[in-house]
Amino acid sequence: MTRFIAPLFLVVFALVPLGLKDPYLLNALIITGILTICAMSLNLLLGFTGQLSLGHVAFFGIGAYVSALTALGFDVSLPFGLRITHEGGAPLVGFVLAVALTGLCGYLIGRLSFRVRGAYFVIVTISFAEVVRLVALNWVELTQGPLALTAIPNMVLPVPGLGDVALRSKMQNYYLVLAVAAVSYLVIARLVASRFGRAMRGLKENESLALSLGINATRTLTVAATLSAAMAGAAGSLYAHYIRIIDPDVFLFSYTVTMVIMVVSGGKGTLAGPLVGGILFGLLPVALRPVMAPEAQWIVYGAILIAILFLMPRGIVPALESLALRLRPAPEAKSAAKPAEAGANP
Amino acid sequence: MDQLLQHILNALVLGGTYALLGIGLTLIFGIMNVVNFTHGALYTFGGYAMYLAAVALGLNFFVALPVAVVAGLLLGAFIEFTLLRPLRRSDIDTTMLVMIGAGIIMQSGTLWIFGGVAKAVPTPFPAQPLVIGPVSLSYVNLFVLGSAIALIAITYFTINGTRLGRAMRATFQDHDTAALMGVNVSLIYTATFAIGSALAAAAGALLGPVYVVTPQMGELAAVKAFAIVILGGLGSISGATIGGFILAFAEELGAGYISSGYRDAMGFLIIIAVLLVKPTGLFARAERIG
Amino acid sequence: MSTHMSTPMSQPAGTAILTVEHVGMRFGGLTAIADLHFDVHEGEIVSLIGPNGAGKTTAFNIMTGFLKPTQGRVLFRGQDLSQTRPNEIARLGLARTFQRTSVFADDTVRDNVLIGLHRHGDVALLDRLFPTPRGRRAEAAVRERADAILDLVGLATRAGEKAGSLSYGEQRLVGFALALAVEPKMLLLDEPVSGMNASETQGFVRLIRKVRDEGVTILLVEHDMPMVMEVSDRIVCLNYGRLIAEGPPAAIRSDPKVIEAYLGKSAAKLEHKEPVHA
Repeated sequence: MTRFIAPLFLVVFALVPLGLKDPYLLNALIITGILTICAMSLNLLLGFTGQLSLGHVAFFGIGAYVSALTALGFDVSLPFGLRITHEGGAPLVGFVLAVALTGLCGYLIGRLSFRVRGAYFVIVTISFAEVVRLVALNWVELTQGPLALTAIPNMVLPVPGLGDVALRSKMQNYYLVLAVAAVSYLVIARLVASRFGRAMRGLKENESLALSLGINATRTLTVAATLSAAMAGAAGSLYAHYIRIIDPDVFLFSYTVTMVIMVVSGGKGTLAGPLVGGILFGLLPVALRPVMAPEAQWIVYGAILIAILFLMPRGIVPALESLALRLRPAPEAKSAAKPAEAGANP
Repeated sequence: MDQLLQHILNALVLGGTYALLGIGLTLIFGIMNVVNFTHGALYTFGGYAMYLAAVALGLNFFVALPVAVVAGLLLGAFIEFTLLRPLRRSDIDTTMLVMIGAGIIMQSGTLWIFGGVAKAVPTPFPAQPLVIGPVSLSYVNLFVLGSAIALIAITYFTINGTRLGRAMRATFQDHDTAALMGVNVSLIYTATFAIGSALAAAAGALLGPVYVVTPQMGELAAVKAFAIVILGGLGSISGATIGGFILAFAEELGAGYISSGYRDAMGFLIIIAVLLVKPTGLFARAERIG
Repeated sequence: MSTHMSTPMSQPAGTAILTVEHVGMRFGGLTAIADLHFDVHEGEIVSLIGPNGAGKTTAFNIMTGFLKPTQGRVLFRGQDLSQTRPNEIARLGLARTFQRTSVFADDTVRDNVLIGLHRHGDVALLDRLFPTPRGRRAEAAVRERADAILDLVGLATRAGEKAGSLSYGEQRLVGFALALAVEPKMLLLDEPVSGMNASETQGFVRLIRKVRDEGVTILLVEHDMPMVMEVSDRIVCLNYGRLIAEGPPAAIRSDPKVIEAYLGKSAAKLEHKEPVHA
């Protein structure tokens, strides 16, 4: 059943702008799409490898800054009289660089922080994101600090027959986000179904057993972290060229929390989970905005996060799946009659 | 030289409250295996409780302070009872996420109720600082340092000299064995969380009057507490005390001699450095395989 | 005993595939293993026995790289494993099963074996991301291999079920299938028949003989003495982390030190029970 969620979403969301002319709603959908890409990429780590990374916003923010600075240009002096000047270039180059550099960051962070697990890993990832935020805030020469990078150009795509097209309208940006989201989804789906996906699952369920089967934990987790970071970097680039102004607030912990809520509510470790959670929590502010203040909205999010963890700890998609299974007795159902002896798993 | 002395004095004052924060978190982490993301919000809560008691209710400063600490104790017990007790069998990730949810509710709730404008809590101490030779120290800071040391001593005595403390230490070693020995582990968990919360609230109630009280004051405090726990080791009160002072010195000297903008980066850098040099943490316990 | 392996113990067949060389393991002040020294030869079935806490699982963890010994070393096919990580050891052809958590409980039996076949079907990233013919062929080959292993251990009919929902004995078989998927040259089995009933145990004995006859050397830790006596070519007995006896089953069965270790001093004088053969 959940197999059809993604194609269904793609068709529905490809058709939405044809009937929707409200720019406010279209804007909300674009931001939702960008955050959903982040949620999907976080799910690769949090859901499929079981590593709770709470520094994911760092990759989103680095992607945004790299892409914006590539397009805008910069002129910084470094210690020892070094000086780097960049004239500014095509936003598409910024996008590619954002993906490549965040991927590299993900690789390095993965190499370093997968040496620790559990609570320590969580704290290291948060620390990394906060250090990056403080750098963005304090390296004024490069980032303008709290004054923000402004007048970031829109994304420009080469279209055959039309030459370079700047994506100025919301509609154009909407389809760009949708396309990147679809590609990200496909990459994750293929990966998860492959030998690599099985290695991730094995590590998540029982690391010792996976190691004993020849699965290289560090390598597998690092590859997952690299891809995950690169996707978040792509989302950051899309964000920068759409919003056209970024400041160090793109590194706020609350964005990470939003991504985590999306993944956990939708169903971590499922392909459709981040889509469902992303769209739910991406559009919830739209629904709540007329009736309550932003801080009250956050109270609602916190309450929903707790409620989901208490009531459907595995998330909405798995809950729906098991509901569907119960309504329509599947041939597999008889295996449930066997006494479960899963107690062997500590 | 005089400047250095002044930095050291400032670091001592700061270190006392950092130690309080760190001890609260390390107890909860070590005994309950819960990463407490409400710790910063509890620190904020202590600040606002102080504000409410001293300003809104007009209580005497020295009465308002214990009131704020007890309020933190009760709030901690409440959180443990409603949110953590039902999740006793859940993994560490689940409780961590629930604590993040609770932290969001507390912080946003504070913002909602009190607004974003900072609140000042008046103190009965003379504004004129105490000048000793080349350095100066305000009376309120002196009081904060003294109170922090007193609270650390009380906590230390509670853990090492009382029946409750013995049960807590047994639970820390091995909760199954502690339960077999007749320790009411559930009660110990509630007590641990309440004590840890009271210490966080105490730090907020002590520092609130020194600076101002804002809904965001707990965000950085929480991260600093994490840094202290990693420095000092799981569940170790003396480790957290030392860690609190190390962090305070690193920040004070870093801000004084490197760049004030990166003052708050010190905690994070310490975390990253410690974990990368000794990946399993300074005082990690070996895990069983098989 | 097996007619296949009738060589006397003093002159075991083949060359040493695994050498445990004066291995010691201390946890703080506690000595888990002291100066353990023995060989396993190619094509043998050797059992490591001893009372609870004798250090058998610790020895396994050392041999497979999960623990680093505080002294001595382990050689596998002449290669020193001191600096080798568990996943690399598996790649060298030394596979193991686990006593307690032997399966990926949330996955189906087939998916378990597919995870175990990690070393097979490695394709380039492009073949992984796009449905190329090469990627598809590799995947099909891996699935075929998984079905062959499930057939061999007799779990073909349970392939679609969640491993965690199987009986404990069947989970041991899944764990065994996982280790076989590594295509090892040597298998370390940690209490493989615990949780199995008598007929399951007999089936398992036939299975490991079959695997051995295909050239896989086997070292097992087991408490089921009749099974151990029946299947082993040689037995190594530990007590309190020390090797106390080594030899063919007949010799071990009547070794007073072994009987004393299991039954206490007074029982050492009593006559032992004849093992049950089926």
